[in-house]
Amino acid sequence: MHGANPSMPVPHGEDHAGGASHASVRSYVVGFVLSVVLTAIPFALVMSGTVSASTAVPAALGLGAVQMVVHLVYFLHMDRASSRTWNMAAFVFTVIVLVILVVGSLWVMHNLDVNMMPGMMPME
Amino acid sequence: MFGKLTLDAIPYNVPIVMAAVGGIIVGGIVLFALITYFRLWGYLWTEWLTSIDHKRIGVMYILLAMVMLLRGFSDALMMRSQQALASDGGAGYLPPEHYDQVFTAHGVIMIFFMAMPFIVGLMNLVVPLQIGARDVAFPYLNNMSFWLTASGALLVNIALGVGNFARTGWLAYPPLSELHFSPDVGVDYYIWSLQIAGIGTLTAGINMIVTILKMRAPGMTMMRVPIFTWTALCTNMLIVAAFPILTATLGMLSLDRYLGMHFFTNDGGGNAMMYVNLIWAWGHPEVYILILPCFGVFSEVTATFSEKPLFGYTSMVYATICITVLSFVVWLHHFFTMGSGANVNAFFGITTMIISIPTGVKIFNWLFTMYRGRVRFEAPILWVIGFIITFTIGGMTGVLMAVPPADFVLHNSLFLIAHFHNVIIGGVVFACMAGFTYWFPKAFGFRLEPRLGKVSFWCWLVGFYMAFMPLYALGLMGMTRRLNHVDNPVWHIYLIVAMVGAFIILCGIGAQILQIAVSIYYREALRDVTGDPWNARTLEWSVASPPPFYNFAQTPVVHGLDPYWEEKQKGVDHKPLPVYRRIHMPHNTGTGFIISGFASALGFALIWHIWWLAIGAFAAVIVAAIVHSFNEHREYYVPSEQVAATEGQYFKQLASQEA
Amino acid sequence: MTTQAIQSEPISAIADSIDAHEEHHDDGSTTTLGFWIYLMSDCILFASLFASFAVLRGQLAGGPGARELFSLPYVAVETACLLVSSFTYGMAMISMQRGRQAQVLGWLVLTMLLGLGFVGMEVHEFADLIHEGAGPDRSAFLSAFFTLVGTHGLHVTAGIVWMLVLILHILRRGLSPANQTRLMCLSLFWHFLDVVWIGVFTVVYLMGVA
Repeated sequence: MHGANPSMPVPHGEDHAGGASHASVRSYVVGFVLSVVLTAIPFALVMSGTVSASTAVPAALGLGAVQMVVHLVYFLHMDRASSRTWNMAAFVFTVIVLVILVVGSLWVMHNLDVNMMPGMMPME
Repeated sequence: MFGKLTLDAIPYNVPIVMAAVGGIIVGGIVLFALITYFRLWGYLWTEWLTSIDHKRIGVMYILLAMVMLLRGFSDALMMRSQQALASDGGAGYLPPEHYDQVFTAHGVIMIFFMAMPFIVGLMNLVVPLQIGARDVAFPYLNNMSFWLTASGALLVNIALGVGNFARTGWLAYPPLSELHFSPDVGVDYYIWSLQIAGIGTLTAGINMIVTILKMRAPGMTMMRVPIFTWTALCTNMLIVAAFPILTATLGMLSLDRYLGMHFFTNDGGGNAMMYVNLIWAWGHPEVYILILPCFGVFSEVTATFSEKPLFGYTSMVYATICITVLSFVVWLHHFFTMGSGANVNAFFGITTMIISIPTGVKIFNWLFTMYRGRVRFEAPILWVIGFIITFTIGGMTGVLMAVPPADFVLHNSLFLIAHFHNVIIGGVVFACMAGFTYWFPKAFGFRLEPRLGKVSFWCWLVGFYMAFMPLYALGLMGMTRRLNHVDNPVWHIYLIVAMVGAFIILCGIGAQILQIAVSIYYREALRDVTGDPWNARTLEWSVASPPPFYNFAQTPVVHGLDPYWEEKQKGVDHKPLPVYRRIHMPHNTGTGFIISGFASALGFALIWHIWWLAIGAFAAVIVAAIVHSFNEHREYYVPSEQVAATEGQYFKQLASQEA
Repeated sequence: MTTQAIQSEPISAIADSIDAHEEHHDDGSTTTLGFWIYLMSDCILFASLFASFAVLRGQLAGGPGARELFSLPYVAVETACLLVSSFTYGMAMISMQRGRQAQVLGWLVLTMLLGLGFVGMEVHEFADLIHEGAGPDRSAFLSAFFTLVGTHGLHVTAGIVWMLVLILHILRRGLSPANQTRLMCLSLFWHFLDVVWIGVFTVVYLMGVA
C-alpha cells in the first residue's frame, strides 16, 4: 500500500467481509429463545381457544411485529450503530413505502368494496 | 411440440403488419450483411455486446430507445391518421382488433422501451463520471440489466410478426386481460416482455443506488453531488421500491391466466379493482421515475448554458426528495371514478395538489438560474425553455384533474391523453433530446450539427402543440380515449389538425436522424478536442471526449459543488500527473448476453405454452448464473505505461488545440 | 499548464492513498449493501402479495376457508424448522468469523436439511389441499394463499440451491473474502425469509384460524 498518507483516514469496513456488525453466539441464542417464546404464545392463544378472536388477533399481530424486530436486531444485527449506514436508511424508506402500500391498499379496497361490491362478503 | 404455436400465428392477411415485418426483416438482413462485409462481428462482440463499460452500456440503452421510438411513433401516426379518417362516418383503415393492439403497443413501447431505456442510458453514461468513479458498483450486473431490457423489447417486436399483441391498453386491466376475454397470446407477450425487462430495470436501479452511495470521489459529500446524480439517486430509489409491485401484480395476472387462479377474475371471488389499485401504486411512482432525471438534465443544461451555478441547489435537492416520498401517496388519482367515495378521493386529490408544489420550486429555480445569466441559445437550452412552458401547461391541467369532480368529467377523455402527453413529451422527451445533445460529444468525441438540432426542436415544439392542443378541446367536448371510429363532424377538424401536428413531429424526428448522419459525416469539423465543448461545470467534462475506458487516471478529490468549474477558475484544470499508476479494471463478459438470450427463449416458450422449452430455458438461466459465479478471472490491471500513454496523447491533443 | 500548483501536492498524496485503497476494491460492504437493497425490493414484492391476501381473504367462493384447511400444529413444526435453521445459519456465520471451514460446512448442511424439511412439509400441505379440491383455482382466497405462501417457499428453495452452490464454492476456495461476502449475503437472505415467515404464519394461519 505505497504512498498511503497516514493522516488521511481511509474509510474501511471491518477487516472481515460484509461490513456488518460482529455476530456473537450470545446474540443468536438470545434471539432464538425470544423468537421461540414470541412464537409459542400466539400459537398457544389461538390453538387453545381460551381467548376470543378479537383479543387473539391483535395479540398475534403485536407479538409478530415484536418478533420481527427481534430478528432484525439479533439475527440481522441492525442496531443503533447501524443507523449511520445506508442499510438502515434503505430499511426505513422501505418500511415507509410498505406501510403506505399495505394500509393504503386496504383503505382504498375497503371503500371500493363497500361502494362497488355490495353482493360480496365484506373484507376484513 | 410447439405448444400453441402454428404457422397460422403469422398474420398473413394483415398487409400493414406484413409490410412492417417485411421491412424489419429486409433491414435486418442488410444490417447483418454490412456487419459481415466489414468484418465487424468480432469488434461488436468484444467492444460493445460484452462490454461492462458504463459508457458503452449507456450508449446501447439510448440506441435501443431510439430504435423503439421509431416503432412507438409509427403507432402514433397510425392512430392519428385512423382517427382523422374515421371521425366523419368512415371506418378508417385500421379495424378495431388491429387498432387496439396499436394503442396498447404505443403505450408499452413508449414507456418501457423508449423512455425508461433512454433515461437509464443517460444515467449510466453520466453518473459515474459525475461522481469521479471508474464505473458503476456492479459492472457485470449492469451488462445483464441492459440485455434483459433488450430481451423484453425483442419479445414485443416478435409479437408483431408471430401472433398478436395485447388489445387491452398499456396497463392491461382485468377482466379484459384475463383469459376469458383475451384468450390469445397478446396479453402473454405483454406480461413476459415486461417481467423480463422489469428484472433488468430493478437490477439497474440497485446498481445505481450503490454506485452513488458508495463510489463517490473523496470529498464529494451528498450535498456536493451534482444535481443530475441526485435526481438519479431518487429515481433509482423509486425504481427499487415500485417495480416489485409491478412484478407481483403482473405475476398474479399470469397466475390467473396460466393456472386458473382468481385474483382478478369475475368469478371465484376475484377483484379486478385490486389490480387497478396495485398497478397504479406502481404506475404513479413510475411517472416520477421518468421525470426526476429529466429535471436533473434540465438543471445541468440550464446552469451550463447560463454560465451560472444552479440557483437554489439545496432547495432543488429537498424538492426532489419531497417529490420522491410524495409520489407514493397520490396513486388513486388515476382511478377517482372507480368508486372509492368522497373521503378517499378528497385525500388523494389533496396530496396530488401538494405534489405540484416542489415541482413549482424547481421551475422557479431554473428561471432564476437563467435570470442575469449569459444564456447561449444552443439546442439544449431551447429544449429547456420549451420544456418550462410546455410542462407548466401540462402540470396545470394535471392539477385541474386532481380535483375529483372535474376528473369525473374528464377521466379517460382526450383531455387526459393531452395532459399526460403534455407532461411526458414536454418533460421526458424534451429532456432526453436535451440530454442527448448535451452529452453526445462526451460519448462520441464530436458535437451534433447545431442547425439541424434547432430545426428538430422547432418541429417537435410546433408539432406537439398542433397535435395535442386540439385533444384538450376534444376532451372537454366529450370525446373519449381509444376510439376507433366515431361520427361527429365537429370533432373531425380537430382530429385532422392533430394528425398534421403528428406529421410535423415526424419532421422533427427526421431532422434528428439526418442530424446524426450529417454529424458523423462531418465529425472532424465538429470534433470536441478538449472534452469540454460547452464550458461546463461538473466532473464529466474534465476528461477527454470520449473518456478513456478507465474514466480518470487518478480519482479526483472534490472540495465543493461544480468541482470542474472551480478547477478552471483556479487554473488547475487539465494538469498531467507526474506519475501514473496501474488501474484495476473488470474484464468484459458474455454472461449477460447469454442469460438474456435464454430469458427471451423462456418468455417466448411461456407465451406459446411450449413447456419443454420453458423448463429448459429456465434451467439454462440458472445454470449460466451458477457457472458465472465460478468465474474467477474477472479483473486485470491496466499497466501504468498504458495509462500514461493514453493520458499523454490527450494532453498532446490539448496542447495542439491551444497552439 | 505544465507547472503543478503547490496546493495539488497534498491532493496527490490523498489521491495516492485513495488509489491504493481502490486496490482493495470492494471490501464486501458494497456487495452486501447492494444485496440488502435487493432484499428491500423483495419486501415490497411480499407486501403486494400480503395486501392482496388481506383484500381477498374473505372471498371463499363458497369453498373451504382457513379453519377447515389449516392445521396449526403442522404449521408450528414448519415454523420450528425455519426458526432453528436461522439459528444454525447464525452458527455458520460465527464459525466463518473464527475461520473454521469444516464447521461452516457442517452448519450449512444442517441449515439446508432444515430448509428442505420446511419446503417438504409445505409441498405436502399444498398437495393435500389440491387433492381435497382446495387448490389455488378454487377461490380468490386460495389463490392468494397459495401465491403468498408459495412465493415464500420458492424463495426458501432458491436459498437452498444457493447454499448448495456456496458449499461447492467453499470446498473449492475455502473461506476466501469473496466466499465470506457470499455467506454474508445468504445470511441476510435466510434471516429475511424467516422474518417474512413471521408475517405469513401470523396473518395467514393464526389470523385465519382464530
